[in-house]
Amino acid sequence: MKPAVLTGKHFINGDVACAEGAIAAGCKFFGGYPITPATEVAEHISERLPDVGGTFIQMEDEIAAMTSILGAAWTGVKTMTSTSGPGFSLMMETIGLAVVTETPCVVVNVQRAGPSTGLPTQGAQGDMMQVKWGSHGDYEIIALAPCSPQEMFDLTITAFNLSERYRTPVFIMSDEIVGHMSEKVVIPKADQIKTISRKKPKGPKHKFKLYQPGPDGVAPMPAIGDGYKVHVTGLTHDEKGYPVMSVETQKEMMDRILGKIRNNLDDIIMTEQYQMADADVVIVSYGISSRTSYTAVDMARELGFKVGLLRLITVWPFPDDLIRDLAKRVRGFITVEINLGQICREVARCAGNLPTFLAGHAGGAIVPPEDVLAILKEKFAS
Amino acid sequence: MTIQHPMEDLIRMDRIPHIWCSGCGTGSVFMACLTAIKESGIPYDEFAMVSGIGCSGRGAGYINIDSFHTTHGRAIPFATGIKMAKPDMNVIVFSGDGDLFAIGGNHFIHAARRNMDITVICVNNLIYGMTGGQMAATTPHGAKSSTSAAGNPETPFNLPLLAYAAGASFVARWTMLHSRDVADAIQLALNNRGFSFIEVLSPCPINYGRRNKEKALATLKNYHDNTIIKNNADLFELDIDFKRGVVLGNFINKERPCHDEQYGKIYHAEAG
Repeated sequence: MKPAVLTGKHFINGDVACAEGAIAAGCKFFGGYPITPATEVAEHISERLPDVGGTFIQMEDEIAAMTSILGAAWTGVKTMTSTSGPGFSLMMETIGLAVVTETPCVVVNVQRAGPSTGLPTQGAQGDMMQVKWGSHGDYEIIALAPCSPQEMFDLTITAFNLSERYRTPVFIMSDEIVGHMSEKVVIPKADQIKTISRKKPKGPKHKFKLYQPGPDGVAPMPAIGDGYKVHVTGLTHDEKGYPVMSVETQKEMMDRILGKIRNNLDDIIMTEQYQMADADVVIVSYGISSRTSYTAVDMARELGFKVGLLRLITVWPFPDDLIRDLAKRVRGFITVEINLGQICREVARCAGNLPTFLAGHAGGAIVPPEDVLAILKEKFAS
Repeated sequence: MTIQHPMEDLIRMDRIPHIWCSGCGTGSVFMACLTAIKESGIPYDEFAMVSGIGCSGRGAGYINIDSFHTTHGRAIPFATGIKMAKPDMNVIVFSGDGDLFAIGGNHFIHAARRNMDITVICVNNLIYGMTGGQMAATTPHGAKSSTSAAGNPETPFNLPLLAYAAGASFVARWTMLHSRDVADAIQLALNNRGFSFIEVLSPCPINYGRRNKEKALATLKNYHDNTIIKNNADLFELDIDFKRGVVLGNFINKERPCHDEQYGKIYHAEAG
């Protein structure tokens, strides 16, 4: 039996690092379904969960995998699933159920090129809008984009913590390249890993209301068997959790669910800046594309361009205010991503009248730094 | 004078009146389920009910235990998550034929194959009631529905045969008129460590009866007159044809190792 936290230096791929991050965060249940290039997450965690008294189950499809982690989450444990594009599409309806029932869980999407079966063994970042808008109706979710196996470990822990704090599904939006890349991953000592667990209700059970928020906008969450006799439904519901088919209840419920994310942006949004102090052109990127963008910045600087990199660690909720502030002092933005125009639209939305460009890719490979240089030379030569 | 309902401790009285139509049988099946829970003597906090979508899917909203009204067809995988993460819970899936056997059919067969220790109660009204009477995977061949106005061209499932073939270790069929037998079957199912399936035929006079010239009372009379109680019956003889007589009973009660037990033995080194 191995311990939950494998303190030390490891040479592992991103998928395995993600599974180790989940175990270190306290994950006790994983419902999965095999799919390239995410399979190694399920394979590794199926071996590791029994070490920590947890349970793995391979379900009959991704709909069932996603649904099983919600059922398990209500027993009071931390839960996760992993998938890639086609499976992610199947999970969409249940993701909506997770949002509206405020069920904490972590969903890992190791992205591959789509649409449909696409390029199963080759990376892309084409599900970035789907993660935000793929289920029906309005909602907010949290999505993090790791750029290395180390971040697959670190951000998976962060994902669990955000999920438990805000009672919401949190997504690790990785990709085939990060998932299958093997690098050094340093796992700290167990007591140096900060983990958060959901608040449990206190006070008399007969007065308990399932969705009555605390001062932070998040309601404490009891577990099945605790005696709170919860009723949980995907229908529009009141604070008690009971279905109420009225426009007022719909508004109250939506305000609360969206509000707990929108009112805590400073806690949720994580970004990193490189060579930004004097930059007048900003590269916005995330995940594997942000990693190749460091090279683009260095190459551009050698050519005399004042370029900096804004790396989005949290992609959703989107850092509107940060882009708006930057827009006041720079000449323009280039978004680097392995798709044909997704997050670049968000950048453009916040950039006002400034020119914004996409250094994109149809999927299957990274965006070469030369593509960024070409845009710089054509659009930003002074 | 207010008379207390005998099941008041198991009903969310603040959610009554329920949505079920006059003449609907779901309430009787629900009541049989409550009776079984009460008579089991197991503390209520050790039960959870999971429903999908549809008329009977509302059951989870009325029972006063931890209860979950999930998405269409997905009650079984949700219940699976509960059971695997907390194996000491008694997990009941209460849902309809459309939910469990059309959109949710894949989950049903796999939970049965795994012998997942949950009890699945299917209120079978032969139709999609809530959406207004469309044909289901259980609608008899030739029967009229809003999407088969001239008659259903398809062949319905034989649900007990399907459940057994997929691996269920307890299989029964009753009608809502046989409420005592339904409650007893649910008790047997709760005692079975494994996947238990109980089909309960139940009238939908509004959306099935009207189109098929069958008054609510006529359906009940069919349940009474044209059914044959035959425990351990041959599962191949269970097609639903009231002209020939519909076979009811507890057909299969054959314990075999259930999933959480097997998982515990292999992965948690639990003594057998």
